[in-house]
Amino acid sequence: MSLDVARIRKDFPILDRTVRGGQPLIYLDSANTSQKPRQVIDALTDFYERHNANIHRATHELSEEATEAYEGARIKAAAFIGAADETEVIFTKNISEGINLVAYSLGNASVAGSAAPGRFRLGPGDEIVVTEMEHHSNLVPWQMLCERTGATLRWFTVSGWDGQLDLTAAGDLINERTKLVALVHQSNVLGTINPVRQIADAAHAVGALVLVDAAQSVPHMPVSVGELGADFLGFTSHKMCGPTGIGVLWGRRELLDEMPPFLGGGEMIETVHMERSSYAPPPHKFEAGTMPIAQAAGLAAAIDYLSEIGLEAVHAHEQKLLGHALTQLAAIDGVKILGPLTPAGRGAAVSFEVDGVHPHDVSQVLDEHGIAVRAGHHCAWPLHRALGVQASTRASFYLYNTVDEVNALAEGIRQAQRFFAVA
Amino acid sequence: MQLESLYQEIILDHYRNPHHKGLHDPYDAEVRHVNPTCGDEVTLRVTLKDAGPEPAVADISYDALGCSISQASVSVMTDLVIGKPVSEAMTVCEEFLALMKSRGEGEPDEDVLGDAIAFAGVSKYPARIKCALLGWMAWKDATAQAMRTSDPT
Repeated sequence: MSLDVARIRKDFPILDRTVRGGQPLIYLDSANTSQKPRQVIDALTDFYERHNANIHRATHELSEEATEAYEGARIKAAAFIGAADETEVIFTKNISEGINLVAYSLGNASVAGSAAPGRFRLGPGDEIVVTEMEHHSNLVPWQMLCERTGATLRWFTVSGWDGQLDLTAAGDLINERTKLVALVHQSNVLGTINPVRQIADAAHAVGALVLVDAAQSVPHMPVSVGELGADFLGFTSHKMCGPTGIGVLWGRRELLDEMPPFLGGGEMIETVHMERSSYAPPPHKFEAGTMPIAQAAGLAAAIDYLSEIGLEAVHAHEQKLLGHALTQLAAIDGVKILGPLTPAGRGAAVSFEVDGVHPHDVSQVLDEHGIAVRAGHHCAWPLHRALGVQASTRASFYLYNTVDEVNALAEGIRQAQRFFAVA
Repeated sequence: MQLESLYQEIILDHYRNPHHKGLHDPYDAEVRHVNPTCGDEVTLRVTLKDAGPEPAVADISYDALGCSISQASVSVMTDLVIGKPVSEAMTVCEEFLALMKSRGEGEPDEDVLGDAIAFAGVSKYPARIKCALLGWMAWKDATAQAMRTSDPT
């Protein structure tokens, strides 16, 4: 399963451009957002040029075509993650909104007078469990839900620079008070792939729900919601070759049926009276207002694109780049890698510190050489604090990256060290 | 190469050997400012003194973590501002702010900005402007607080 990178690169028009005075672009920031292949760009253009209309609410031909494009994307997204059927797929604007959807739905279930089943209701004494390596998107919504309901937030700590969750605390953390466990599948900083199934089984044994942030895994490897044992799973289009503005929240249908809605508005209703309304069945119950229709068409094209290449092949290619990157970076004096030092059990996002050179300054020197990386805490401030790191530089790889680009990264880091006279 | 225009030698000098670093007691006001994108932070203390018709900046001390631009900028700022009447120091601050907003088109007045003209290149890099402003904004905030607490009305 080897991947023809030269051919793949031809699909991505942006990789032809130059940056910072004529240098080839070396894009190592795909964990932030990925680049888009011609096939996805064409799908967006084709939608706007040929099929643009609002969905579900008109009887004309364009609306039928637009609805087919939108609902077709739902079917593809469901198949992509092994969902039972497409009614379990809710489109959101991104994964942050998907996680907030669950958090606000549980919050709505928890208000006085709510008719929602007890498993969705939170109050003082109940606990939500997260991990210390969460992206702020899978942390802050739960902090806010705890503030609203009086529930308590607890978390798995990270054992150290090897980037593993400390599972010895699982028996204490996941108990009869636990209502929800929310965790990241693959860390956006450490690359660590967490033992989601093991934690999900423990959560289910005490009747808790499990939400998985799969923003960094779904674009890079085959993911099955059934195998993970998730109740909810979120990912976002723009990290998997698709457009911005659309994400997916998958949820088990029996749960979605009983959960109260998040946003109210058009299209999410069954009947509306001045005093009250009843709601459409899932997924429409959770999709208020005009949705990102063209973006759904773009996401469908991205799913087709990745499926045709094969996620196994993408993953194998990234593992090769990752192994090379870990070796190259570890060989530089003064560079310390956050997270596992070998490709096993981790994805292709590599964060590192360079002794004596701040990440902003590292990334500035890299940028000067046309190399795009991310610097900062990568929306995982508590993780950086836990590791005693103020900020880090992150290089992340995708199907269009090459071994030569990894070498350029290593050379760029050495140049940063020389420029700031620490090597 | 563009890097030298961004990282002028004077910036690298201040980064390696920052001036007025280390917190002093007593002080009139203390603030802590953070750059939320990277976690860079500065804790900064200001002491004012009576100097004729208006107060002047008697002392600035700080503790800071951050990139070369943010560290050099706060260091240069202390050199420029300590000893000046508050209103004059505020004018320098506004001049620096204007330079940072100039998108590389600014023509900084060395008589006003002194060593801070070295940061002109930063204004071409939108992601770095916040770094350069971190210490200045902390000083402005701390001084405003010190003025309020020292004002008997």
